[in-house]
Amino acid sequence: MKGLAIRNQRAFASGVLFLAFAVFFFVAALNYPAGTVARMGPGYFPRLLAIVLAVIGLVVTLGAMKSSAEPQALRRWDFKGLAWVTGSVVLFGALLFPLGLVGALFVLIMVSSRASHEFTWIGALTNAAVLIALCLAVFVYGLGLQLPVWPSLLN
Amino acid sequence: MDLFHNLAIGFATAAQPANLLYAFFGCLLGTLIGVLPGLGPLATIAMLLPITYALPPDAALIMLAGIYYGAQYGGSTTAIVVNLPGESSSVVTTIDGYQMAKQGRAGVALSTAAIGSFFAGCVATLALAALAGPLTATALLFGPKEFFALMILGLILASVLSSGPFIEGIGMVVLGMLLSLVGTDLNSGSQRFAFGVPQLFDGLDFVPLAMGIFGFAEIVKNLEQDDKLSLVTQKITNLFPTRDDFRRMLPAMLRGTALGTLLGVLPGGGAVLSSFASYTLEKKLSRHPEQFGKGAIEGVAGPESANNAGAQTSFIPLLTLGVPSNVVMALMVGAMNIHNIHPGPEVMTKNPTLFWGLIVSMWVGNLMLLILNLPLVGLWVKLLTIPYRYLFPAIMVFCSIGVYSINSGTFEVYEAALFCVFGYVLIKLQLPAAPLLLGLVLGPAIEENFRRAMVLSRGDVTALLTSPLSASLLAAAAIAVLLIMLPTIRARREEALQE
Repeated sequence: MKGLAIRNQRAFASGVLFLAFAVFFFVAALNYPAGTVARMGPGYFPRLLAIVLAVIGLVVTLGAMKSSAEPQALRRWDFKGLAWVTGSVVLFGALLFPLGLVGALFVLIMVSSRASHEFTWIGALTNAAVLIALCLAVFVYGLGLQLPVWPSLLN
Repeated sequence: MDLFHNLAIGFATAAQPANLLYAFFGCLLGTLIGVLPGLGPLATIAMLLPITYALPPDAALIMLAGIYYGAQYGGSTTAIVVNLPGESSSVVTTIDGYQMAKQGRAGVALSTAAIGSFFAGCVATLALAALAGPLTATALLFGPKEFFALMILGLILASVLSSGPFIEGIGMVVLGMLLSLVGTDLNSGSQRFAFGVPQLFDGLDFVPLAMGIFGFAEIVKNLEQDDKLSLVTQKITNLFPTRDDFRRMLPAMLRGTALGTLLGVLPGGGAVLSSFASYTLEKKLSRHPEQFGKGAIEGVAGPESANNAGAQTSFIPLLTLGVPSNVVMALMVGAMNIHNIHPGPEVMTKNPTLFWGLIVSMWVGNLMLLILNLPLVGLWVKLLTIPYRYLFPAIMVFCSIGVYSINSGTFEVYEAALFCVFGYVLIKLQLPAAPLLLGLVLGPAIEENFRRAMVLSRGDVTALLTSPLSASLLAAAAIAVLLIMLPTIRARREEALQE
């Protein structure tokens, strides 16, 4: 298939992303009644939007394959950094009730700190101590937000 | 005079000692966070939102407005001292501000920014107060058709002004609108795209989404580039502009303020557009265009006045029409909803003390920032020396607690984690996130007004074009789209929006 090369990888991937979302929402919206223009059901507007998004996705995807498209490669991905940061947030959510705020924050800070190239244990531990004290002072005692502070076993 | 009567109501609210204190704390915290590189007003507001949960609505809004202006000021400081825009509206400030700092005139640049912002803030507050009444009256004449057309225009303009190809901006708007449909359909009561998850019945929350994309994903991005900050190390001594400086900055300030006040009102406008436009204008009008980029004081005074004026007047469409013109305003909608205030023409009539109190406290906040910022500049600069490896876990902690405390539930925490991954995908594909969030906020209102308009016209789509008001709004949107397709304008836009 000469002449149909993906010249702009970035735009191509963006177009595919739009198309994927469009198909997903369109298919899911088929479960809801569409109604008529004058009496729209819950499925009408989502289908309309999904079709618009699909058209945009097609234009972007095809535009990336035009011979006049500006060549652009995909950027390099840093999966490690993403995993440390996202993982630490998920852990915070999972541990907040069993471990309480102090424990969950400790895990959050230690795990997310690993995402930095300049990670040191002493630095991260000090940072954790300072931040936990600050959060207790501001959020729990200062603002009185309802947060489980200590592990649930102790209550 | 009605205006003065209203302003008096506002002063009575804003000058209450408690509210003054909240305005002060808002400004202080906003500057503190906003000064940190890589944290714009959006992330700052999102991070500090939980602090306002426990406050009464008027105090919370006053504090949020303070945080917003504080973050703007903080961003300018970072731009001047370390050549890093704290936020996109101070991108142009880095050009001449940093050059001035290198020449040992950091203090003058900082006070120019502060004075310009204060002056612009005063003018824009008056404009806001004067325009609020008439615009609200107009809004009350709007029917579903007109609101639908107005929001379409706003979304189109927002995509025109976002970076990257226009069609991708529109794609992000539509995707945001689709995401906004998750949850209960108000008309039929049926669940859409919730897949039986009870936490989704109320829809996707704006705050975890914004924090995932603008807080967490930004951190991952920042960690990838370990460039060292080029801090201007010499002590900041002389804050006072000379007589010659004043002579040069005054006209720039006036022009910047006028430009910002006008552009801020436009849907899709606001601080970023205003500052870029002002810089271009100053460079065109200057008798010494060759000095721009080498420390021209006009290049700081104009854009800094413009971005503050624009930031302030972008509250006009939000408070009077209920249409947020940019992402920060969209986040404000989210914040107001938490306090059960639904921005729109009713706010002014139903809740005048809150409305006018907020407007007056914007001016009070600007005054506080002027007093607060100049003496404390040394402290802000010190903050910049904190290494990022200590800073970003702190941001994560504040965001996580903030997300949790929206509903005191961990579901929102996971939601933010999911949108961190999504936000990272967007960064890598260079897709703009701002139009997505605007689509998310405006989606339900657009659907609602579209449906109502179609019920009223018995399914006749051409009714949108027979009402003169909605027809002209839609025509403006169409013209914007056509203009952007023209090759020459397209090239100039790419040039202007390049960071």
